Amino acid sequence: MSTDILHEVTQADYKYGFTTDIETDIIPIGLSEDVVRLISSKKKEPEWMLEFRLKAYRHWLTMKMPEWAHLDIPKIDYQSIAYYAAPRKNAPKNLDEVDPELLKTFEKLGIPLHERMALSGMAVDAVMDSVSVKTTFKESLSELGIIFCSFSEAVEHHPDLVQKYMSSVVPYTDNFFATLNCAVFSDGSFVYIPKGVRCPMELSTYFRINAMNTGQFERTLIIADEDSYVSYLEGCTAPMRDENQLHAAIVEIVAMKNAQVKYSTVQNWYPGDKNGKGGIYNFVTKRGICKGESSKISWTQVETGSAITWKYPSCILLGDNSSAEFYSVAVTNHHQQADTGTKMLHIGKNTSSHILSKGISAGFGQNSYRGLVKINPAAENSRNFSQCDSLLLGDKCGAHTFPYMEVNNDTAIVQHEATTSKINEDQIFYCNQRGISTEDAVGLIVNGYAKEVLNQLPMEFAVEAQKLLQITLEGSVG
Amino acid sequence: MLEIKNLHASINGKEILKGLDLVVRPGEIHAIMGPNGAGKSTLASVLTGNQTFEVTKGEVTFYGKNLLELSPEDRSREGIFLSFQYPVEIPGVSMVNFMRTALNEHRKYKNLEPLSATDFLRIMREKKELVEMDNKLANRSVNEGFSGGEKKRNEIFQMAMLEPRLAILDETDSGLDIDALRIVANGVNKLKRPDNASIVITHYQRLLEYIVPDFVHVLYDGRIVKTGGKELAMELEDKGYDWIKKEVEENI
Repeated sequence: MSTDILHEVTQADYKYGFTTDIETDIIPIGLSEDVVRLISSKKKEPEWMLEFRLKAYRHWLTMKMPEWAHLDIPKIDYQSIAYYAAPRKNAPKNLDEVDPELLKTFEKLGIPLHERMALSGMAVDAVMDSVSVKTTFKESLSELGIIFCSFSEAVEHHPDLVQKYMSSVVPYTDNFFATLNCAVFSDGSFVYIPKGVRCPMELSTYFRINAMNTGQFERTLIIADEDSYVSYLEGCTAPMRDENQLHAAIVEIVAMKNAQVKYSTVQNWYPGDKNGKGGIYNFVTKRGICKGESSKISWTQVETGSAITWKYPSCILLGDNSSAEFYSVAVTNHHQQADTGTKMLHIGKNTSSHILSKGISAGFGQNSYRGLVKINPAAENSRNFSQCDSLLLGDKCGAHTFPYMEVNNDTAIVQHEATTSKINEDQIFYCNQRGISTEDAVGLIVNGYAKEVLNQLPMEFAVEAQKLLQITLEGSVG
Repeated sequence: MLEIKNLHASINGKEILKGLDLVVRPGEIHAIMGPNGAGKSTLASVLTGNQTFEVTKGEVTFYGKNLLELSPEDRSREGIFLSFQYPVEIPGVSMVNFMRTALNEHRKYKNLEPLSATDFLRIMREKKELVEMDNKLANRSVNEGFSGGEKKRNEIFQMAMLEPRLAILDETDSGLDIDALRIVANGVNKLKRPDNASIVITHYQRLLEYIVPDFVHVLYDGRIVKTGGKELAMELEDKGYDWIKKEVEENI
């Protein structure tokens, strides 16, 4: 895809997604029923959506933040958060005004020039381009009947689909942060792939630039109808800053009979400074349901950013013969913390799930894998294979594993393997003696370790992800 | 090319090298022998820049450059290669990837363009034959699951790929059977050129029958106490290191 398409699509999407149309009145911070109503009216939502939000908000008031994670979370004051995203103030007008450190990172990651502008927070109209290819891109998708638009647009143009499937995988009562999201969600993506259609392109490059806009309470819904296929990539390798500290997103995936959905995430939100101050809290609820027979969902995630990552992309294996996969590389360096993993719920017959988790801890990072494999009584012949590996760099970091297995059917085969290893100085010196710098040596070793997971990513991002791993661990050895 | 003057080095405060002198010129093979604890491996570590050892006194120049100022990777890029006594395993990192990265780093240092994939693979094929390495080993992760002999052959293979100006072979013969020894020595001999040199560190005279040295030095108590031709190795084989120790004591 030419770089022009990217830019054009970005420009167009800007006009949809967020209403940046602010009147002269002041946007209140804090959360109340009025704020929820304000959000809904700004987005010009139908009554049923407002009702949904209010129902969730009222339920949220009865809930308490969960405390069982292996995480040290400073108290969050929910009344001091702005729930309606203001447009960016003081946007840089050209690259000279952008933090040189940020530009250096873009260089190292190999991010194309025009994307750097958008990622630096420049207003998209400041990015010059003349060729209009946006129409071609949208055309080829719509010719196939594929719907790919912002969530807000979907509420307006495809309300039936939204009403039918929204919250069908993650109920509004599911957990504290999901409920909050249901009340105040900002925007996100909506994807519908019709029967028998194989989406011809990675739904990724499109979303990349736009990531900065969708804000803190992102909401994504992907519906793959029978016999369809789609590969979706969320996020980007470029370090993302945001004024808002709490990111509580929801992603729901519905896969019908024989459908396949591949969802990949590369996350590099601001992790906080070297002392752990600031940094984004990435508390996400992601769940897919293999609704139809022989459907398949696979989650791949590379989590290198955020101060605290708390998420369990999961799958409900309802349809007979359905399968699910979870591949993860989670890095915690400096004072980052992660409590992440997956839940595989086997309900139908002959279902299978595959889990591969690679944790990398450095500095004072604390990395936990938490996984649940649950086999229901009627789930005949289910199979699960889980592998959790931890790599420790240095002696001040931690790696923890909390695997849960609830097996209620005796025809099930559930397998679990775990390894823990260290990069030792001898390995680094061996590389040095061959002319490889310590930085590159750590990169080689870490990428060798994470290879199996990185290979699951769409190719263009696999290369960036490799560089990202190396950069994230800079300075952690020697 | 290499000049070592009065080198003193310690580890954890304990002095191991106590004033070592050595001169190596292009085209020469120097053997360094000596009893355990004399400082042979320490010398190899200090020359390659292993941070575990601290240089407390002395100078080392390599082609006129102050070697002690250079980082380990720069020393490698200048053309110094160490065949490790105990090569480490690096799981997940393929030999191909590893060698290609190393080779291209060397080329970058010399302002050369990185090798194309085809050129690199061609060179790999050539050099593999030198040490009779089969394809299977090259496709594995660095040293992972290699036997002792395979690891030593892999060291010489890497040496062949990087074409160093000075090769330091640290107890290359330890753990090798006769056949492996012959293959390794053969490889080393084939790589010998008038413009490169080797320092062969060994306990036993046996290796030196295959890799014939121009000079034999005896390292004892942190210093080179005796230097001779290849016959010195035979003499040591006959008389053992006690003979050297007595000589040194008598001279004090």
